[in-house]
Amino acid sequence: MSVYQSNNLNEKESSRTLSLIVDNEPGTLARVIGLFSGRGYNIESLTVTEVDDRRHLSRISLVTRGTSMTIEQIKSHLLRLVPVHLVRDLTLEGPFIECELALIKLVAKGANRVEALRIADTFRAKTLDVTLSSFVFELTGRPHKIDAFIGLMQSLGDTEISRTGVSAISRGSETETKILEQIKVN
Amino acid sequence: MKNNLEMNGAEAVIKALEENGVEIIFGYPGGAVLPLYDALFKNKKIKHILVRHEQAAVHAAEGYARSTGKVGCVLVTSGPGATNAITGLTDALMDSVPLICLTGQVPTHLIGTDAFQEADTTGISRPCTKHNYLVKNVDLLCNIVHEAFSIASSGRPGPVLIDLPKDIQLSNVTYTNKIIKTNKVKKNKNLIDLATISSVAKVLVNAKKPIIYGGGGVINAGPEASTLLTELVDLLNAPVTLTLMGLGSVSNENKNFLGMLGMHGTYEANLAMHNCDVMLNVGARFDDRVTGRLNAFSPFSKKIHIDIDKSSINKIISVDYGLVGDAKDILYALVQEIKKEKKKKNNTSISDWWFDINEWRNKKSLNFEQKGRIIKPQQAIKLLYEKTKKIDTYITTEVGQHQMWAAQYFGFSKPNHWMTSGGLGTMGYGLPSSVGVQIAHPNSLVIDISGEASFLMNMQELSTIVQYNLPVKIFILNNQWMGMVRQWQELNHGSRYSESYTESLPDFVLLAKSFGIKGLLVSEISELDNAIDEMISTKGPVIADIRVEKEENCFPMIPSGAAHNEMILSSSDSNTNVSQDGIALV
Repeated sequence: MSVYQSNNLNEKESSRTLSLIVDNEPGTLARVIGLFSGRGYNIESLTVTEVDDRRHLSRISLVTRGTSMTIEQIKSHLLRLVPVHLVRDLTLEGPFIECELALIKLVAKGANRVEALRIADTFRAKTLDVTLSSFVFELTGRPHKIDAFIGLMQSLGDTEISRTGVSAISRGSETETKILEQIKVN
Repeated sequence: MKNNLEMNGAEAVIKALEENGVEIIFGYPGGAVLPLYDALFKNKKIKHILVRHEQAAVHAAEGYARSTGKVGCVLVTSGPGATNAITGLTDALMDSVPLICLTGQVPTHLIGTDAFQEADTTGISRPCTKHNYLVKNVDLLCNIVHEAFSIASSGRPGPVLIDLPKDIQLSNVTYTNKIIKTNKVKKNKNLIDLATISSVAKVLVNAKKPIIYGGGGVINAGPEASTLLTELVDLLNAPVTLTLMGLGSVSNENKNFLGMLGMHGTYEANLAMHNCDVMLNVGARFDDRVTGRLNAFSPFSKKIHIDIDKSSINKIISVDYGLVGDAKDILYALVQEIKKEKKKKNNTSISDWWFDINEWRNKKSLNFEQKGRIIKPQQAIKLLYEKTKKIDTYITTEVGQHQMWAAQYFGFSKPNHWMTSGGLGTMGYGLPSSVGVQIAHPNSLVIDISGEASFLMNMQELSTIVQYNLPVKIFILNNQWMGMVRQWQELNHGSRYSESYTESLPDFVLLAKSFGIKGLLVSEISELDNAIDEMISTKGPVIADIRVEKEENCFPMIPSGAAHNEMILSSSDSNTNVSQDGIALV
């Protein structure tokens, strides 16, 4: 947006999930994040790890918010970055899966412990650690499901939360292999 | 015996520069680049120009690049050398100038230890370069330099920085030649969108009130793009206006040229933008100096935008047709389509439109009155233009009122002859930039149209000018004020002139003398004519101190927060009251 008045499209902002393929080299993440902070865009969630060890490529799953004009800007600006090879707008492309992993520590006593285990079972959370006064649960799923689980745990005792952020992939048989094959193996 | 491809990193860098066509490099030595300077010392082909400040090295390279279309090259040391270069790099990024900036760095094992003259150069320069590299593996060095040149000059051009730790410069390496390779997924394929071009051609041919608005992208696409744009203008008989960055792409003498548009553009250009029914933007980016208030920007028009950078399309203004690609390629295709379209049917008559435009032209928004003995700055530029018209003249400017007067009253008939800091608005750009222009065009007339405040920002470069005997003419419109700041304080802040007057200016003639060059003081209109003649005919550099009307304002003007049709022609205009929203804008 310019310093002058906005274009006033009256369009509400919506959440978008982007999937990027980038070179796994120093500074790439700084370029992506710097673009968002420098131009005043939001990052709601961001995950990044190498997914191709021969070509040294990482996938960044990124959730952002904006009007469609802002999102188009974000995508064009991301593509200008030299180490960014591919920018996919999963929300726009069609059905996709997004998933998150959370680790939740709960400190609770007595009946609350029983309730916690029952809820964990309902959510298909795994129990990773148990002491006489605490649990650590592992839960994967959509962010809403994790939000709901955390909400319930918080009402049962003191909690500590660690979440990975959203990782996303499109549904169906289409893959990026053909596109990525253009990138030389180092 | 040493194979001739075995060398140290520094020698490899210089060899790679040579392979990429570098003839001139602007720089300043220091501890972390000594191996590179040693390699330069042994090199016969690349000429190094020693500037007096690293910011000036970058501006000089910009002047060189913009006046030749080649990639400019800069070499500076680590720490302060690199940080001093940052303003220049940002300037080059904003104005899309292709540059390679080599910076020294402390040895790799000292990175991160707060070593002497260490700075996180790649971190600092990341947002102000198109791309940057920190070379940590000498085997990748040659490829990085080759790739840097491709990145700087392809697509939307920009500065690329390569940070070179001293141990890398001293490590042994086998030189590798440039191989044209694409190791990247092809992004922005820039396939010409013929279907859209065909629709655009129809829209243009059927327009009743068309306007063509060209920008720096036309200049960057090379002289052919300027020729094609002119052909398009003639073909449609459409009015054409140019941004500050685009001046020269259509000749000022073209009968359809309405002058520059925007905040200090002509009345006819801005009114034509406001009232048109079809707007064709070629290589401009709807900058806020051009659009004025956005919700009143050209309300009745279908908009077509040609830009090589996809992110420029729909960034500020929603357009009806976006064409991503090089201005030259798209203009070529568009001209062909319009020729076809015109065979099918006659042009829609646009004589009514020209009637309106001529009415606006009759306002003579650039009029001024030269009365009395005091020189009007506009008159100084006008006379300078008339006296240099027939010579191959390159103009650089600093930033402020003098820059706008130069844009308004100097005529540019060719591309690449006008170097000014548009996007960043860097005071102190013009003098070092003129160094680069004069180096590239040793036999041409190079004039830095300057203001006394801007000149003071990089005047150390006089020393460079003298060292290389560059016959740069420095034409200072001296009003003793930071004129544009003063003007805004007058218009927006009740004439409270806070800190915009310069108390202790040097005697510019004595200053020139101290460098052994000619200085001219011109304080009355009667002396102006002879002084300009003397300046032009002098073989070496000249500082001309032109004492102009001190409180002259730059008009016409779209006040901040106003629209194209709300422009004011003089300070007595009734619209001078700026809205509260407007005052908050820059």
